[in-house]
Parts: sequence; structure tokens; C-alpha cells
Amino acid sequence: MSTPTTQSTPVDQSRNVQFRIWRGNKDGGEFVNYTVNVTEGMVLLDCVHRIQAEQAPDLACRWNCKAGKCGSCSAEINGKPSLMCMTRMDTLPPDKVVTVEPMRSFPSIRDLVTDVSWNFRVKKTIKPFKPRKPDNADGSWTMFQQDIDRVQEFRKCIECFLCQDVCHVIRDHKKEDEFIGPRFLMYTAALEMHPLDTEDRLGDLKNRDGIGYCNITKCCTKVCPEHIGITDNAIIPLKERVVDQFYDPVTRLFRMFKGK
Amino acid sequence: MSFAEQFIVHEHDVLVIGAGGAGLRAAIEASAAGLKVGVICKSLLGKAHTVMAEGGMAAAMGNVDDRDNWEVHFADTMRGGQYLNNPIMVEHHAKESPARVLELESWGAVFDRTKEGKILQRNFGGHRYPRLAHVGDRTGLELIRTLQDHGIHQGMEVFMEMTVVSLLTTGGKISGVLGYDRERGRMRIWKAKAVILATGGIGKSFRITSNSWEGTGDGHALAYQAGAELMDMEFVQFHPTGMVWPPSVRGILVTEGVRGEGGVLRNSEGKRFMFDDIPDAYKNQVAKDEEEGWRYVCGDKNANRPPELLTRDHVARCINREIKAGRGSPHGGVYLDIGWIKEKLPNAADHIKRKLPSMYHQFKQLAGVDITQERMEVGPTTHYVMGGVAVDGDTQMSCVPGLFAAGEVTAGLHGANRLGGNSLSDLIVFGKLAGEHAAKYAKNNAAVEVDQAQVLAHTNAIMQPFERTTGENPYGIQHDLQNTMQDLVGIVRTETEMQQALVKLDEYKVRMKNVSVIGHREYNPGWHTAIDLPCMLVVSESITRAALERKESRGAQFRDDYPDKSAECATFNLVAKKAADGSMQVTRRSIVPLRADLKAVIEKMK
Repeated sequence: MSTPTTQSTPVDQSRNVQFRIWRGNKDGGEFVNYTVNVTEGMVLLDCVHRIQAEQAPDLACRWNCKAGKCGSCSAEINGKPSLMCMTRMDTLPPDKVVTVEPMRSFPSIRDLVTDVSWNFRVKKTIKPFKPRKPDNADGSWTMFQQDIDRVQEFRKCIECFLCQDVCHVIRDHKKEDEFIGPRFLMYTAALEMHPLDTEDRLGDLKNRDGIGYCNITKCCTKVCPEHIGITDNAIIPLKERVVDQFYDPVTRLFRMFKGK
Repeated sequence: MSFAEQFIVHEHDVLVIGAGGAGLRAAIEASAAGLKVGVICKSLLGKAHTVMAEGGMAAAMGNVDDRDNWEVHFADTMRGGQYLNNPIMVEHHAKESPARVLELESWGAVFDRTKEGKILQRNFGGHRYPRLAHVGDRTGLELIRTLQDHGIHQGMEVFMEMTVVSLLTTGGKISGVLGYDRERGRMRIWKAKAVILATGGIGKSFRITSNSWEGTGDGHALAYQAGAELMDMEFVQFHPTGMVWPPSVRGILVTEGVRGEGGVLRNSEGKRFMFDDIPDAYKNQVAKDEEEGWRYVCGDKNANRPPELLTRDHVARCINREIKAGRGSPHGGVYLDIGWIKEKLPNAADHIKRKLPSMYHQFKQLAGVDITQERMEVGPTTHYVMGGVAVDGDTQMSCVPGLFAAGEVTAGLHGANRLGGNSLSDLIVFGKLAGEHAAKYAKNNAAVEVDQAQVLAHTNAIMQPFERTTGENPYGIQHDLQNTMQDLVGIVRTETEMQQALVKLDEYKVRMKNVSVIGHREYNPGWHTAIDLPCMLVVSESITRAALERKESRGAQFRDDYPDKSAECATFNLVAKKAADGSMQVTRRSIVPLRADLKAVIEKMK
């Protein structure tokens, strides 16, 4: 009748782990070494908290939910953009120093905290949701589950901005002024594919948001803690729509007659 | 440094403190009135604790069961709150939540659907019919993101990562607030005609909690210090199912949705213990056996709910009892089993992953447990405070003119115990009302001049920890305070233990005066913790004093020395207020009388 449990019984498996944590601000900084006693089940954020409580109360980091739902504790752990709260210590190589850095694509504020305000500014430039008139007299709409599955996938995004951090268009080529990044391409996709939405954002995608810069290396998809198919399900279909609208000869001809 | 150099000054008609569901909804409403609105968030926009809400928002839309309507929702909420609720607020909530949910859809929210293409609603504890509009188990994220994405286009000014340290009053009226930004530690004054508190909860006063670092009861303490009243503080909800292992995630929420989808609770002997103890008020609404319980989960309208879907206070106490009796799981919880439904459903694993994706993910990644195959270990966790700022049931204004409150920081809607799903709907219903009435107030009242002496005194107080070269680490006091509240004022309470807690709280007040922090004011978590401590103390003291005064067991409060309900205690709410000498006074206030028509609704639904 009941399902078996394979959770282990409590055992004391504490070990000392060496950390290199980047400390500094916009003027520069350095790695500082800490040693933390790590016990079973701890995640990296626990170690940072332990350092704060016991060794460096002024060590700055962002966090909120501690369960991978708010997307606040983004950092680069051993070089990989990750959420600190979802990185179990037993998934990192044992007996190796653990390096923790802030997201490198964003300006430093202090220690592990970066200035992510660019993301909030970008979002504001994207045309908001504009629904069609309600289908029913009570002001409601009729939508079917199969028609919203894809949009719901995109709306799982917790805005940790790890995809923005890893994207080479932003990280290496510094195209923030011409490119909105995977997070906001997907945000646009969620609006464009929303069954009720009537707005057209394809022109903005092509002319202003830099969708052409994405050359689908899928780094964003790889680091997404929500496992959203950012590239395959959001960006590529958007690219196709842009191509259909602006470059496909049949569509262009059709548009000429339709007068749109 | 002159006053003007020392402070950055902002000016708004309506200032909202808090950017969770209630704060954002309030800001949208006040903006719609054409006013200049500011929103202060303690974290980044969109990260507030609302994102953690999983199960759904209760609204009697009747999409799944057409027998549902506002009257049933009203009666369910009053019953859940053990009739200490403010019926005016319960009425607003039951009547207005369906419209608020539809409004979210018009702003872009994408709820799960019924086969007919309507908003799907799920079962939850204490709700007679399937009532919770939801998006898998991430409804809170959907709510906050929808409000955020809509709100940023409504003209409100958002201040991220700023903390309010004091409400400013002049002649007893709100004149603004004082706070600082985390990035630089600069002091700021927001002048405002009306202020809306939407600061959420207090869970951080306890060791085991589902709340994040933000849940330090700032709004409760700010209001109290400004002369407002805190009501029903004895009622702290311990959610029955938090994670218990690994230790670092202890307390993190496991949604009631798991039980709504068929999850059952078992002890170490494999026994489904919830059938053993069914409260009288629900005797006629509980399944007689496991088979009937499953039919209810599958949507059989003639079946009654499984006992796992009784109210949270009751389920939490039953779990507590099993653990104390030595029938717990290895890490001190009990078992929550959803995997068993594979006996009933052919594609159970996929079904679970689709209905409970966050839970699947959370257990897989943090505990190494596959919930489609293995049982979860769960135990009670401090989740929610029913108590908060006492407000007028229609306008949401406190007794301080110009000070409004909405959401968890407010008392009244939930009485002695909140039903799951009534929180998210609370946010949007009362966020809107608070925004609307704060806007009216701001239009009808001129700005009040800020009292500079008050500003300087508060600023001086929060800078003290930097001045001390020797002194105590604030984290140590926070840790001790959490242990005190957890161990002495937790799920099961007694006079003796709570008296001990009061003595300890007095000690912390003294120790707090000797806190020192290192470093400078830029993004300094040690300093922020030092500033949180006085708030946590006000909250802890009000909980303890009210819990002592309520000599009965009702709703979320369980007194081992008074295990039964008392008829006398059913007649009052407890109100904590700062007395002239600075001490906390707890007094009784008669409950808001029930109008005859609402009384008839309750009788009809019995």
C-alpha cells in the first residue's frame, strides 16, 4: 500500500571544506579564503550563511526563499552560473576548494551582490500584455490547457538572470544596449504565444531587441534552474516568426494584400 | 552634516511598504486613482515571499463544482477561524475574490484549465468545494509576476532593496517613513499622505519556519511603535507539512496541494493516523474510509474529504502527537505519501510531476527523494500569522490616521486559523481595498510636515551598532530568540513555559542594546540583522502576551493547560498596544458582531 522510503538515517558526516569567496565592490576585490564545517544535506548557501554568522557578518549576498523559487541567490560556483540554494555540497567535487563569485556579467555592488537593474529596465520596454475582449459575459475567457502548456513553461521563470549572465552576447560582447538577452526573449515569447494576447512585438524583436544576435549556443538553457527550454521552445520559434513576418516572400506578398 | 545633506527625500501621495501580492495590488489600485505612488521592497522586485505560495487562491467561482458560491466560502472561512474573524472582512473576501482572480487573468495570468476551458479549481483543507484557482504548485509566483509585469506600466515608482526603520507621525497622523537603501546604506525619507503596510509575516521569530529572512515582522513592529494596535497575535499558524530533512532545509514548505492531489499521512507503523481524530465541527464532512477519500480527490461530488484535508491547526497537532508518541520518521517527522496513487492511476508519476512540479523538483534536488516513488518526511513549520494590525474592515485603515494595512500584516480575515488558499485571495482583495481607500484618504487630506527630531532620533538609534567596538554579534541574539519562541511558545503552549519566554525576551532587550557590527553601511547583512532584532522582539512579545491571556485552545493556539475551548474566550479578540510608559498592554476587545443576514448564512451552511 505505502511507498518505501530510501532516505538515509542521520549520520554525522561532517567535513571541513575550503572556500574561495570573491569579496569587493565596483572598484575591485579579491578572493578570501574561509573554512566551513559541512554536514550532510547542506547546500552552498548554508555555507555562506555560516560564514556570515561566524566569521564575516558583513559578507554580502542576496537570498530569499532558499528553495529555488525566488531566484535571488544567483552566483558562479566553480565557474558555473548556479543558484546557491540549490547547489548541494555533496554534488561538488570533494576535497577541492570551492570558488564562489558574483555573476560576472553584471556590475558589482558588493561581494556576491551584483547590480541587476538593467534587467528591470529592459522588461519595462517590452510591450505589455493586451488581451482580446472577454469571451464570456462574466468577463472570463475560454482557454484550453493544451493551448497554454507552452506559455506556462515560460512563466515558470524565477528571474534569477543566470541565463543573462551566461549569454556570450552580454557577457563577452557587452551588447546590453542592443540585445535584451534570453530572459526577455522568452518573456516576449510568453506574451506572443499567450492565446489571449493581441499585441505585435515582432518588429521590436527584429529592430530593437536584437533577436538576431542569438546564435543558439544554448548556454542559457543549460544553466536554467527551472529547466525551461529557453532556446528550443522560446527563442527559435520567435526567430521563425520574425523570419516569416519580415523575410518570407509568400508572407510578404500576403501582407501586401492584407495591408498589414 | 546638515539635515538636507544627510537624507535623500522622496515625496508621494501613497507609499506602499512591501511588494508582495498585497503591496503590488494596492499600488496598482492607488496608481489607477491617478496619484503619485511609491513602493518600497525589502528585496528585488518580484522576490517577495508571495512567490513561495504554492497551492492556489481561494475564490468561489464554482467552475469545478457549481454548488460553490460566496456564502459557502464565507461559512468555511468563519468556521476555520473559529468565529473570531471580522465578518465584514470575511464577507468582502468571499464576495470579491472571484472578480480579483478574473482580473489577474485580464492582466496576463495563466491559470490551469478545466476541460471546458475555464479556470481550474482544486480541493484544499477546510474548503467544502474545489475552490483554489492555481498554476500547478507555483501559484504565488504566477500572482506576483502578473502583478509585477502589469504594475510596472502603471506609473508607480519602485524602490528595491530598501528597508523601512520607522513610520513618521506628526500630531498622531502619518507624515511619511524613514528607511535606508541596502546598496549604500544611505538614509532616506519618504514623505507621504498615506502609507500602506504590506510587509507580510513574522516567521523568522521561530527556529523552524517556511519564511525567508524578510519575515521579521517589520510592519507589525512599525505599526505598533507608531501607535497602532496588534490584534490576534496569539494565532500563529504552524503549517503541518514542512520539510524536515536535510537539516538545512528544515521548515521549507511542502504544499497542501500534495494532500489535495491524494497524498496521505502515515506514521512509522504505516498507519494512516488522521482517521483517528476528527473534530466535531467536521464530523459530517469527512470521508468514512480511504476509499471515499480517494473518490473525493477524484472529484466525486457525493464523497467527503479525506481527513488529511482538515484544517492546518488540527493536522499539525495530529502530526506533532505522532512524533511525540515515538511513531515518527527517522528525522523527526511523519510520512507524506503521494507515490501510492500509482495503484489508482496508470500514469501516476507523470501526473504527479505535472500537478506538483515544484515539489518534485524541491525534493529531488534538496533531499534526493523522488516523490513519485518514495515517501516524503514532513513535520510542522511556522508558516503564517493570523494576527496583525487591527484595521477597519471596510477601509483597511488602522487607528493611526493615514496608516493602512493589507495582507498578512493585517488581522481580521482569518480569525484563529487561516484556511489554505485564503491568503493569496486575501492579498488581492484587501490589497485593492487598501489601495482604494488610501488613495481616497490622500486626496482628502493635506500632507503633514515631517518631524525632523523624530527622524534624527531614529537614525541615531540604528547607527549605534557601528559605534560600539565591543559588543555582541546580532546573529547570536537572533538565534537565541528563535529558539526561545520555538521551544516555549510553539505548537503546544503552557503558562509556565510562556512566563519563562517573557523573562528571556526581557534579557534579549538588554542584550540588544549592546549589539555591535563590523564593516560599513554598504550592503551589510550584520547591520541589517541588528535592525531587524527590535521588530522580532515586538512580535515575539505580543505573541507571548496574547497567548498567555487567551486561556483556552482554539484554532492555531493550543494550550496544554487549557486544552478546551472556552465560551467566554469566544467573545473577544486580544489587542496589544504600546502604553504611555512604553510597555506592552494586552486588552480584550469584543468581537465584531455578526449581522443577522451573515448569521443566517452560517446557520444555513452548518
